[in-house]
Amino acid sequence: MADLGIKIGSLLFKNPVLMASGTCGYGSEFNDFIDIAQLGGLIVKGTTLEPREGNPYPRMAETASGMLNAVGLQNKGIEYFEKHIYPRLSQYDTNVIVNVNGNTVEEYTELAARLNSLDAIPAIELNISCPNVKRGGMIFGTNPGAACEVIAAVRKVYRKTLIVKLSPNVTDITEFASISENEGADAISLINTLVGMAIDAGTMKPKLSTVTGGLSGPAIKPVALRMVWQAAKAVSIPVIGIGGIMNAGDALEFIMAGATAVQVGTASFIEPRTAVNVIAGISSFLDGKGFTTVSQITGIINRN
Amino acid sequence: MKKRIEDFTVTENRRLADKFYVIKLSSPTPLPEILPGQFVEALVNDSPATFLRRPLSVHDVDFTENTISLLIQVAGKGTEHLSRLQPGEKLNLIYPLGNSFTLPQKGESVLLTGGGCGMAPLFYLGRKVIESGAYPHFALGFRNRSRIIGHDEFRKLGEVHLATEDGSEGYRGFVTGIPAFREEKWDRVYSCGPELMMKAVAAECLKRDIFCEVSLENLMACGIGACLCCVVPTTSGNLCTCTDGPVFNVRDLKWQTSG
Repeated sequence: MADLGIKIGSLLFKNPVLMASGTCGYGSEFNDFIDIAQLGGLIVKGTTLEPREGNPYPRMAETASGMLNAVGLQNKGIEYFEKHIYPRLSQYDTNVIVNVNGNTVEEYTELAARLNSLDAIPAIELNISCPNVKRGGMIFGTNPGAACEVIAAVRKVYRKTLIVKLSPNVTDITEFASISENEGADAISLINTLVGMAIDAGTMKPKLSTVTGGLSGPAIKPVALRMVWQAAKAVSIPVIGIGGIMNAGDALEFIMAGATAVQVGTASFIEPRTAVNVIAGISSFLDGKGFTTVSQITGIINRN
Repeated sequence: MKKRIEDFTVTENRRLADKFYVIKLSSPTPLPEILPGQFVEALVNDSPATFLRRPLSVHDVDFTENTISLLIQVAGKGTEHLSRLQPGEKLNLIYPLGNSFTLPQKGESVLLTGGGCGMAPLFYLGRKVIESGAYPHFALGFRNRSRIIGHDEFRKLGEVHLATEDGSEGYRGFVTGIPAFREEKWDRVYSCGPELMMKAVAAECLKRDIFCEVSLENLMACGIGACLCCVVPTTSGNLCTCTDGPVFNVRDLKWQTSG
């Protein structure tokens, strides 16, 4: 059997398949369907300093081969996380990563510092790309100066593996990939959702309470794949590919484009076992082609 | 309750009226306990337009036949596909999902109110009400006589009070105007149907201090509490309709979800 293990920064992953933040809750929602320990990693729900109620309903609209969401980072805040969720998460035999969000640089750094002291959280994913909040979020991920500032500040206080989650809602993804690398990120993950909208022609109203939301699902996969390919060529830190992965074939495309690892997101809503199926599919693909490690195919299209 | 993913086999697909169908599905394994008010997430998946699963209330369960029945109303591409399912075809379900109605005490007076497709969970609930030792009354609302569905089946369980908007059958108006609803002293009222109807039922019950539970049908992506899309504002903040509901006591709802 091929070796699926990968490394991001100094952190080892048993395989390159993670479940994406906002699509896997805190893992327990999937306990009836999969063994969390089989995953390369679990990136839990976007967490903020203070509790957030998120945006008003309706927050979701189905679209062709995808969906729009405008959840708006509903979560119970870091204190609740530390007291009530973290003890449970520390039981999982996989890399549990927390997705970190803030309105200001100070909020990001305070969160990062608090998470730095949680032993069972070996990495954070700095979310500078949430499209569904009025302040913070994507503003940091679409403005080069703001991106520099927040990544540098977090890097100063966070000593473990730092992943920066990038927004696709920019003209040149390589600019933000390079900023992340230069400011000390250990890896980048992309893409977060693309800003989109939908209207109910019958009621003549937007389908989302916030009018616009984030598009995910297979509809965005070609865009995501292109951006991962561009980013992977621009930086030497690992790239984690995200965007419409429904099966092992999709995941392999991202890896061949240059991704060291991938995240399964929206697909888990439809088939909760997708991430585990993707791991098995990657493994049998590698065995069938005679590869001994997954890293042998990382970015292979650039070598062919 | 442990959730399962299984391929069910369609054993029957019966048209009740225009756009309304009852689909009976047989499970490949012995059915687990299923509570009244719980739902399934059905994988339609036959076109890009039906990307997500469809949440559908359990209409009835037959443990002898090992089948679940779903009552559906054709409202879009997903339900249209479901309406065309033929016996022998497979349908993948995640189930059982959500919480359940609180069953009555023995001898309590119980009213189940619904309209259209919202009647779906009330049949199984009615059977469970009887098992609890209470006698169910049903207040069912329809647009007109030709839209009435399922009342014969409900009559086998308890007393049925009909309302039609045009008065072509039963009380003229909405279910909340049915004399039996207004005049009798109910211990418990359950409701599932259009949101405006449930709000009217809830308002009446709150006014008269009657225990009232409603089953919400918010849009959802996952059905298992992961996406946080189906939230409803409650006295405990935004809660997921799929895992904290779909059944809520109206006292806990901040009834402002219409948008």
